Amino acid sequence: MSKTRLTREQIAQRAALELPDGAYVNLGWGIPNLIAAYVQKNITIYFHSENGILGMGPRAAKGEEDFDLVDAMKVPVTLVPGAAFFTQDVAHMMTRGGHLDICILGGLQVSEKGDLANWRVPGTKGAGGIGGAMDIATGAKKLIVTMEHTAKNGEPKILRTCNYPLTALECVDTIVTDLAVIDVTPNGLQLREVAPGFTPDEVQALTEPRLHFTGNVPEMPVKSA
Amino acid sequence: MNRKDKLYESIDAAVADVPNGSTIMFGGFGGAGFPNNLIQGLARKAVQNLGVISNNCGTGDGELGILFKNRQIKRVVAAFPGPGAIYFQEQYTAGEIELELVPQGILCERLRAEGAGIPAFFSPVGVGTDVAKGKEERVIRGKRCILEQSLSADYAFIKAHTADRLGNLIYRKAARNFNPLMAMAGKTTIVEVEKIVATGELDPELIVTPSIFVDRIVVAKGLRYV
Repeated sequence: MSKTRLTREQIAQRAALELPDGAYVNLGWGIPNLIAAYVQKNITIYFHSENGILGMGPRAAKGEEDFDLVDAMKVPVTLVPGAAFFTQDVAHMMTRGGHLDICILGGLQVSEKGDLANWRVPGTKGAGGIGGAMDIATGAKKLIVTMEHTAKNGEPKILRTCNYPLTALECVDTIVTDLAVIDVTPNGLQLREVAPGFTPDEVQALTEPRLHFTGNVPEMPVKSA
Repeated sequence: MNRKDKLYESIDAAVADVPNGSTIMFGGFGGAGFPNNLIQGLARKAVQNLGVISNNCGTGDGELGILFKNRQIKRVVAAFPGPGAIYFQEQYTAGEIELELVPQGILCERLRAEGAGIPAFFSPVGVGTDVAKGKEERVIRGKRCILEQSLSADYAFIKAHTADRLGNLIYRKAARNFNPLMAMAGKTTIVEVEKIVATGELDPELIVTPSIFVDRIVVAKGLRYV
Protein backbone atom coordinates (compact mmCIF):
# COMPACT_ATOMS: atom_id res chain seq x y z
CA MET A 1 0.00 0.00 0.00
CA SER A 2 1.44 3.36 -0.97
CA LYS A 3 1.19 5.92 1.75
CA THR A 4 -0.18 9.38 1.25
CA ARG A 5 1.13 12.41 3.02
CA LEU A 6 -1.36 14.91 4.38
CA THR A 7 -2.74 17.61 2.10
CA ARG A 8 -2.22 21.31 2.85
CA GLU A 9 -5.82 21.42 4.07
CA GLN A 10 -5.15 18.54 6.47
CA ILE A 11 -2.04 20.30 7.81
CA ALA A 12 -4.24 23.37 8.40
CA GLN A 13 -6.91 21.22 10.04
CA ARG A 14 -4.36 19.72 12.46
CA ALA A 15 -2.82 23.12 13.24
CA ALA A 16 -6.29 24.52 14.02
CA LEU A 17 -6.52 22.07 16.94
CA GLU A 18 -3.72 24.04 18.64
CA LEU A 19 -6.01 27.09 19.01
CA PRO A 20 -7.90 27.41 22.30
CA ASP A 21 -11.19 29.30 22.69
CA GLY A 22 -10.70 33.05 23.02
CA ALA A 23 -7.11 33.08 21.72
CA TYR A 24 -5.62 36.10 19.92
CA VAL A 25 -3.97 34.63 16.82
CA ASN A 26 -2.02 35.80 13.77
CA LEU A 27 -1.95 33.64 10.64
CA GLY A 28 0.75 34.13 7.99
CA TRP A 29 0.78 33.44 4.25
CA GLY A 30 0.53 29.98 2.72
CA ILE A 31 -0.84 27.03 4.68
CA PRO A 32 -1.55 29.20 7.77
CA ASN A 33 -4.03 31.17 5.69
CA LEU A 34 -6.14 28.00 5.34
CA ILE A 35 -6.44 27.47 9.10
CA ALA A 36 -9.29 29.89 9.87
CA ALA A 37 -11.67 27.62 7.95
CA TYR A 38 -10.92 24.74 10.35
CA VAL A 39 -11.37 26.42 13.74
CA GLN A 40 -13.24 24.03 16.03
CA LYS A 41 -16.96 24.56 16.32
CA ASN A 42 -18.32 26.58 19.26
CA ILE A 43 -15.09 28.48 19.92
CA THR A 44 -14.11 32.02 18.97
CA ILE A 45 -10.64 32.97 17.81
CA TYR A 46 -9.73 36.65 17.58
CA PHE A 47 -7.66 36.84 14.41
CA HIS A 48 -5.13 39.64 14.13
CA SER A 49 -4.03 41.32 10.92
CA GLU A 50 -0.85 43.42 10.58
CA ASN A 51 -2.73 46.23 8.86
CA GLY A 52 -4.62 47.04 12.03
CA ILE A 53 -7.46 44.63 12.72
CA LEU A 54 -8.10 42.44 15.76
CA GLY A 55 -11.18 40.23 15.46
CA MET A 56 -11.31 39.34 11.76
CA GLY A 57 -14.16 37.08 10.74
CA PRO A 58 -14.58 35.05 7.55
CA ARG A 59 -14.00 36.36 4.05
CA ALA A 60 -16.73 38.80 2.93
CA ALA A 61 -19.52 37.36 0.78
CA LYS A 62 -19.58 38.27 -2.92
CA GLY A 63 -21.22 41.64 -3.40
CA GLU A 64 -20.61 42.62 0.25
CA GLU A 65 -16.87 43.32 0.00
CA ASP A 66 -15.54 46.52 1.56
CA PHE A 67 -12.08 47.19 0.15
CA ASP A 68 -11.16 49.29 3.19
CA LEU A 69 -11.63 46.11 5.23
CA VAL A 70 -9.03 43.67 3.93
CA ASP A 71 -6.64 41.18 5.50
CA ALA A 72 -2.86 41.14 4.98
CA MET A 73 -3.38 39.26 1.71
CA LYS A 74 -5.73 41.96 0.33
CA VAL A 75 -8.78 39.70 0.77
CA PRO A 76 -11.97 41.53 1.87
CA VAL A 77 -12.98 40.15 5.26
CA THR A 78 -15.65 40.64 7.92
CA LEU A 79 -15.46 41.37 11.65
CA VAL A 80 -16.56 39.40 14.71
CA PRO A 81 -18.27 41.15 17.65
CA GLY A 82 -15.57 42.83 19.72
CA ALA A 83 -13.31 43.63 16.77
CA ALA A 84 -11.13 46.76 16.75
CA PHE A 85 -9.15 48.87 14.26
CA PHE A 86 -5.81 50.52 15.02
CA THR A 87 -2.64 51.74 13.30
CA GLN A 88 0.05 49.47 11.88
CA ASP A 89 2.50 50.26 14.70
CA VAL A 90 -0.06 49.13 17.28
CA ALA A 91 -0.64 45.99 15.22
CA HIS A 92 3.08 45.26 15.50
CA MET A 93 3.25 46.19 19.17
CA MET A 94 0.93 43.20 19.48
CA THR A 95 3.27 40.93 17.46
CA ARG A 96 6.65 42.07 18.75
CA GLY A 97 5.49 42.86 22.28
CA GLY A 98 4.42 39.27 22.92
CA HIS A 99 0.72 40.09 23.25
CA LEU A 100 -0.68 37.57 20.79
CA ASP A 101 -1.26 34.07 22.17
CA ILE A 102 -0.31 32.10 19.08
CA CYS A 103 1.25 32.98 15.72
CA ILE A 104 1.34 30.55 12.82
CA LEU A 105 3.73 31.13 9.92
CA GLY A 106 4.67 29.24 6.80
CA GLY A 107 8.23 27.94 6.63
CA LEU A 108 10.95 27.19 4.11
CA GLN A 109 13.36 25.73 6.69
CA VAL A 110 13.39 25.19 10.47
CA SER A 111 16.52 24.25 12.41
CA GLU A 112 16.70 21.91 15.37
CA LYS A 113 17.14 24.93 17.64
CA GLY A 114 13.98 26.50 16.22
CA ASP A 115 15.59 29.00 13.85
CA LEU A 116 13.18 29.90 11.05
CA ALA A 117 13.84 30.77 7.40
CA ASN A 118 10.67 31.75 5.58
CA TRP A 119 11.07 34.85 3.43
CA ARG A 120 13.47 34.16 0.62
CA VAL A 121 14.68 31.22 -1.45
CA PRO A 122 18.27 32.00 -2.46
CA GLY A 123 18.74 32.45 -6.18
CA THR A 124 15.16 33.45 -6.94
CA LYS A 125 14.48 36.56 -8.97
CA GLY A 126 13.24 39.81 -7.48
CA ALA A 127 13.75 41.59 -4.21
CA GLY A 128 11.94 39.21 -1.87
CA GLY A 129 9.92 40.62 0.98
CA ILE A 130 10.09 40.36 4.74
CA GLY A 131 6.67 41.79 5.57
CA GLY A 132 5.68 41.21 9.18
CA ALA A 133 7.38 37.82 9.55
CA MET A 134 10.46 38.97 11.50
CA ASP A 135 8.44 40.96 14.02
CA ILE A 136 5.99 38.09 14.45
CA ALA A 137 8.67 35.40 14.80
CA THR A 138 10.70 37.49 17.25
CA GLY A 139 7.81 38.41 19.51
CA ALA A 140 5.47 35.43 19.40
CA LYS A 141 4.60 33.88 22.76
CA LYS A 142 4.04 30.64 20.88
CA LEU A 143 5.11 30.20 17.26
CA ILE A 144 3.82 27.32 15.16
CA VAL A 145 5.23 26.71 11.68
CA THR A 146 3.14 24.83 9.13
CA MET A 147 4.87 23.50 6.03
CA GLU A 148 5.52 20.45 3.88
CA HIS A 149 8.04 18.19 5.58
CA THR A 150 10.42 18.13 2.61
CA ALA A 151 11.20 20.47 -0.28
CA LYS A 152 9.98 19.79 -3.83
CA ASN A 153 13.31 18.08 -4.57
CA GLY A 154 12.82 15.77 -1.58
CA GLU A 155 15.44 17.46 0.64
CA PRO A 156 14.54 17.83 4.33
CA LYS A 157 13.26 21.25 5.42
CA ILE A 158 13.90 20.47 9.08
CA LEU A 159 17.67 20.82 9.33
CA ARG A 160 20.51 21.03 11.84
CA THR A 161 21.18 24.55 10.56
CA CYS A 162 19.12 26.61 8.09
CA ASN A 163 20.98 27.60 4.92
CA TYR A 164 18.32 30.00 3.59
CA PRO A 165 18.18 33.65 4.79
CA LEU A 166 16.86 33.64 8.35
CA THR A 167 13.69 35.21 9.68
CA ALA A 168 14.57 34.88 13.38
CA LEU A 169 16.73 32.77 15.67
CA GLU A 170 15.34 30.18 18.12
CA CYS A 171 11.74 31.26 17.66
CA VAL A 172 9.76 28.15 16.63
CA ASP A 173 7.88 26.15 19.27
CA THR A 174 6.01 23.61 17.17
CA ILE A 175 6.22 22.37 13.57
CA VAL A 176 3.14 20.88 11.88
CA THR A 177 3.90 19.17 8.56
CA ASP A 178 2.33 16.69 6.17
CA LEU A 179 4.14 13.94 8.12
CA ALA A 180 4.32 14.95 11.77
CA VAL A 181 3.84 17.30 14.69
CA ILE A 182 7.20 18.14 16.24
CA ASP A 183 7.93 20.29 19.30
CA VAL A 184 11.17 22.24 19.59
CA THR A 185 12.43 21.74 23.17
CA PRO A 186 15.65 22.62 25.00
CA ASN A 187 16.56 18.93 24.62
CA GLY A 188 16.01 18.87 20.86
CA LEU A 189 13.15 17.97 18.57
CA GLN A 190 10.38 15.94 20.17
CA LEU A 191 8.16 13.91 17.83
CA ARG A 192 4.63 14.35 19.17
CA GLU A 193 2.51 12.80 16.38
CA VAL A 194 2.96 11.14 13.00
CA ALA A 195 0.68 11.24 9.96
CA PRO A 196 -1.68 8.26 9.72
CA GLY A 197 0.13 5.26 8.27
CA PHE A 198 3.67 6.57 8.85
CA THR A 199 6.15 5.31 11.42
CA PRO A 200 8.49 7.47 13.50
CA ASP A 201 11.46 5.90 11.65
CA GLU A 202 10.01 6.92 8.31
CA VAL A 203 9.60 10.51 9.53
CA GLN A 204 13.13 10.46 10.94
CA ALA A 205 14.50 9.39 7.56
CA LEU A 206 13.14 12.63 6.05
CA THR A 207 14.36 14.84 8.89
CA GLU A 208 18.02 15.84 9.20
CA PRO A 209 18.40 16.31 12.98
CA ARG A 210 17.57 13.57 15.43
CA LEU A 211 13.92 13.25 16.53
CA HIS A 212 13.29 12.21 20.12
CA PHE A 213 10.39 9.94 20.92
CA THR A 214 9.55 7.14 23.28
CA GLY A 215 7.25 4.20 22.78
CA ASN A 216 4.17 4.52 20.65
CA VAL A 217 3.86 7.90 18.86
CA PRO A 218 0.16 8.72 18.28
CA GLU A 219 -1.25 9.50 14.84
CA MET A 220 -2.26 13.05 13.86
CA PRO A 221 -6.05 13.29 14.32
CA VAL A 222 -7.06 14.48 10.85
CA LYS A 223 -10.11 13.79 8.72
CA SER A 224 -9.42 11.86 5.54
CA ALA A 225 -8.78 14.03 2.50
CA MET B 1 0.00 79.30 4.38
CA ASN B 2 -3.11 79.76 6.47
CA ARG B 3 -2.55 77.46 9.44
CA LYS B 4 -6.22 77.47 10.30
CA ASP B 5 -7.32 76.46 6.80
CA LYS B 6 -5.02 73.94 5.17
CA LEU B 7 -7.34 73.05 2.31
CA TYR B 8 -5.77 73.22 -1.18
CA GLU B 9 -7.91 73.67 -4.26
CA SER B 10 -6.46 70.73 -6.22
CA ILE B 11 -4.12 67.78 -6.15
CA ASP B 12 -1.75 69.56 -8.54
CA ALA B 13 -1.64 72.64 -6.29
CA ALA B 14 -0.93 70.46 -3.24
CA VAL B 15 2.15 68.85 -4.86
CA ALA B 16 3.29 71.83 -6.95
CA ASP B 17 6.44 72.58 -4.94
CA VAL B 18 7.77 69.02 -4.56
CA PRO B 19 11.33 69.21 -5.93
CA ASN B 20 13.36 66.58 -7.76
CA GLY B 21 15.33 64.40 -5.36
CA SER B 22 12.72 64.53 -2.57
CA THR B 23 12.16 61.67 -0.15
CA ILE B 24 8.47 60.88 0.32
CA MET B 25 6.60 58.48 2.60
CA PHE B 26 3.41 56.89 1.29
CA GLY B 27 0.69 55.32 3.42
CA GLY B 28 -1.34 52.31 2.33
CA PHE B 29 -1.48 48.55 2.69
CA GLY B 30 -3.29 45.77 0.86
CA GLY B 31 -5.04 48.08 -1.57
CA ALA B 32 -6.49 50.25 1.24
CA GLY B 33 -5.43 53.72 2.35
CA PHE B 34 -3.16 54.69 -0.54
CA PRO B 35 -3.02 58.40 -1.47
CA ASN B 36 -3.59 57.45 -5.09
CA ASN B 37 -4.68 60.89 -6.26
CA LEU B 38 -1.53 62.48 -4.85
CA ILE B 39 0.55 59.74 -6.51
CA GLN B 40 -1.13 60.58 -9.83
CA GLY B 41 -0.27 64.22 -9.15
CA LEU B 42 3.41 63.31 -8.81
CA ALA B 43 3.20 61.37 -12.06
CA ARG B 44 1.73 64.41 -13.86
CA LYS B 45 4.35 66.68 -12.37
CA ALA B 46 7.03 64.22 -13.56
CA VAL B 47 9.22 64.95 -10.55
CA GLN B 48 12.44 62.88 -10.77
CA ASN B 49 14.96 61.02 -8.63
CA LEU B 50 12.60 60.32 -5.74
CA GLY B 51 13.33 58.33 -2.62
CA VAL B 52 10.26 56.54 -1.23
CA ILE B 53 9.34 54.92 2.05
CA SER B 54 6.37 52.61 1.70
CA ASN B 55 5.28 49.16 2.79
CA ASN B 56 5.16 48.00 -0.82
CA CYS B 57 6.04 49.13 -4.34
CA GLY B 58 2.77 49.21 -6.27
CA THR B 59 0.39 46.82 -7.98
CA GLY B 60 0.79 46.95 -11.75
CA ASP B 61 0.26 50.60 -12.76
CA GLY B 62 -1.71 51.20 -9.56
CA GLU B 63 -0.59 52.80 -6.30
CA LEU B 64 3.17 53.52 -6.55
CA GLY B 65 3.36 51.44 -9.75
CA ILE B 66 2.89 54.45 -12.02
CA LEU B 67 5.89 56.26 -10.50
CA PHE B 68 8.10 53.19 -11.02
CA LYS B 69 6.75 52.78 -14.55
CA ASN B 70 7.75 56.39 -15.25
CA ARG B 71 11.16 55.74 -13.66
CA GLN B 72 10.68 58.57 -11.17
CA ILE B 73 11.92 56.55 -8.15
CA LYS B 74 15.57 55.72 -7.45
CA ARG B 75 15.67 54.76 -3.76
CA VAL B 76 13.25 52.61 -1.76
CA VAL B 77 12.73 51.62 1.86
CA ALA B 78 10.05 48.90 2.02
CA ALA B 79 8.96 45.83 3.99
CA PHE B 80 7.28 43.91 1.19
CA PRO B 81 7.80 45.29 -2.34
CA GLY B 82 5.38 42.62 -3.58
CA PRO B 83 5.07 40.32 -6.58
CA GLY B 84 2.59 42.73 -8.19
CA ALA B 85 5.20 45.51 -8.20
CA ILE B 86 6.26 44.59 -11.72
CA TYR B 87 8.04 47.84 -12.66
CA PHE B 88 9.90 47.97 -9.36
CA GLN B 89 11.00 44.31 -9.63
CA GLU B 90 12.22 44.86 -13.19
CA GLN B 91 14.29 47.93 -12.32
CA TYR B 92 15.54 46.43 -9.05
CA THR B 93 16.74 43.30 -10.88
CA ALA B 94 18.48 45.54 -13.43
CA GLY B 95 20.30 47.30 -10.58
CA GLU B 96 18.60 50.65 -11.26
CA ILE B 97 16.98 51.03 -7.85
CA GLU B 98 18.53 51.07 -4.42
CA LEU B 99 16.49 49.05 -1.88
CA GLU B 100 16.55 48.80 1.88
CA LEU B 101 14.34 45.91 2.95
CA VAL B 102 13.05 46.24 6.51
CA PRO B 103 10.80 44.23 8.82
CA GLN B 104 7.33 45.76 8.73
CA GLY B 105 6.96 46.43 12.45
CA ILE B 106 10.43 47.98 12.50
CA LEU B 107 9.41 50.18 9.57
CA CYS B 108 6.53 51.36 11.79
CA GLU B 109 8.78 51.96 14.80
CA ARG B 110 11.38 53.84 12.74
CA LEU B 111 8.60 56.14 11.53
CA ARG B 112 7.17 56.49 15.01
CA ALA B 113 10.62 57.28 16.43
CA GLU B 114 11.08 60.03 13.83
CA GLY B 115 7.77 61.62 14.74
CA ALA B 116 8.62 61.31 18.43
CA GLY B 117 12.07 62.90 18.14
CA ILE B 118 13.99 59.68 18.91
CA PRO B 119 16.92 59.26 16.48
CA ALA B 120 17.49 55.53 17.09
CA PHE B 121 16.47 52.59 19.28
CA PHE B 122 17.52 49.01 20.01
CA SER B 123 15.31 46.11 18.94
CA PRO B 124 15.63 42.30 18.87
CA VAL B 125 13.93 41.97 15.47
CA GLY B 126 16.29 40.81 12.74
CA VAL B 127 19.17 39.79 14.99
CA GLY B 128 21.30 37.19 13.18
CA THR B 129 19.56 37.88 9.84
CA ASP B 130 20.38 39.90 6.72
CA VAL B 131 18.76 43.03 8.17
CA ALA B 132 21.32 43.11 11.02
CA LYS B 133 24.23 43.58 8.60
CA GLY B 134 26.19 46.73 9.39
CA LYS B 135 24.09 47.57 12.46
CA GLU B 136 25.48 47.94 15.97
CA GLU B 137 24.57 44.97 18.17
CA ARG B 138 24.25 45.09 21.94
CA VAL B 139 22.94 42.68 24.59
CA ILE B 140 20.25 44.42 26.62
CA ARG B 141 18.73 42.63 29.62
CA GLY B 142 20.06 39.36 28.25
CA LYS B 143 18.60 39.87 24.79
CA ARG B 144 20.62 40.45 21.60
CA CYS B 145 19.44 43.70 19.97
CA ILE B 146 20.41 45.82 16.97
CA LEU B 147 20.38 49.58 16.59
CA GLU B 148 17.68 50.93 14.28
CA GLN B 149 17.71 54.53 13.01
CA SER B 150 14.56 56.61 12.66
CA LEU B 151 13.36 57.32 9.11
CA SER B 152 12.84 60.88 7.96
CA ALA B 153 11.31 62.24 4.78
CA ASP B 154 10.70 65.61 3.18
CA TYR B 155 7.04 64.74 2.65
CA ALA B 156 4.44 62.31 3.91
CA PHE B 157 1.67 61.60 1.40
CA ILE B 158 -1.25 60.05 3.20
CA LYS B 159 -4.90 59.14 2.80
CA ALA B 160 -7.63 59.68 5.38
CA HIS B 161 -11.40 59.56 5.16
CA THR B 162 -12.49 62.85 6.73
CA ALA B 163 -10.63 66.03 7.66
CA ASP B 164 -11.67 69.32 9.15
CA ARG B 165 -10.08 72.47 7.73
CA LEU B 166 -7.61 72.63 10.58
CA GLY B 167 -6.29 69.17 9.61
CA ASN B 168 -7.73 66.81 12.20
CA LEU B 169 -8.15 63.41 10.58
CA ILE B 170 -10.39 60.37 10.84
CA TYR B 171 -9.72 57.17 8.90
CA ARG B 172 -11.90 54.34 7.70
CA LYS B 173 -11.42 50.70 8.83
CA ALA B 174 -8.11 49.09 7.77
CA ALA B 175 -7.33 52.02 5.46
CA ARG B 176 -5.74 53.62 8.53
CA ASN B 177 -2.63 51.36 8.52
CA PHE B 178 0.60 53.41 8.08
CA ASN B 179 -1.09 56.78 7.47
CA PRO B 180 -1.18 58.21 11.03
CA LEU B 181 2.47 57.18 11.57
CA MET B 182 3.66 58.87 8.43
CA ALA B 183 1.66 61.99 9.22
CA MET B 184 3.79 62.33 12.35
CA ALA B 185 7.10 61.49 10.63
CA GLY B 186 7.03 63.62 7.47
CA LYS B 187 8.43 67.16 7.46
CA THR B 188 5.49 68.28 5.32
CA THR B 189 2.39 66.11 5.48
CA ILE B 190 -0.12 66.23 2.64
CA VAL B 191 -3.38 64.35 3.05
CA GLU B 192 -6.02 63.44 0.51
CA VAL B 193 -9.48 62.90 1.97
CA GLU B 194 -12.89 61.91 0.71
CA LYS B 195 -14.69 64.48 2.81
CA ILE B 196 -13.97 67.83 4.49
CA VAL B 197 -15.98 69.41 7.30
CA ALA B 198 -15.78 72.72 9.15
CA THR B 199 -13.33 72.94 12.03
CA GLY B 200 -15.11 71.92 15.23
CA GLU B 201 -17.43 69.45 13.54
CA LEU B 202 -15.36 66.33 14.30
CA ASP B 203 -15.84 64.73 17.71
CA PRO B 204 -12.52 65.35 19.54
CA GLU B 205 -12.85 61.91 21.15
CA LEU B 206 -12.66 60.26 17.72
CA ILE B 207 -9.81 62.17 16.08
CA VAL B 208 -6.95 59.80 15.20
CA THR B 209 -4.44 62.28 13.75
CA PRO B 210 -4.47 65.66 15.51
CA SER B 211 -4.18 68.67 13.19
CA ILE B 212 -0.66 69.61 14.30
CA PHE B 213 0.71 66.76 12.15
CA VAL B 214 -1.03 67.90 8.96
CA ASP B 215 0.13 70.68 6.60
CA ARG B 216 -2.03 70.40 3.48
CA ILE B 217 -5.41 68.90 2.75
CA VAL B 218 -6.92 68.12 -0.60
CA VAL B 219 -10.30 66.55 -1.31
CA ALA B 220 -10.40 63.87 -3.97
CA LYS B 221 -12.64 60.95 -4.70
CA GLY B 222 -10.81 57.80 -3.60
CA LEU B 223 -9.01 55.92 -6.34
CA ARG B 224 -8.58 52.22 -5.79
CA TYR B 225 -6.70 49.50 -7.61
CA VAL B 226 -7.79 45.97 -6.81
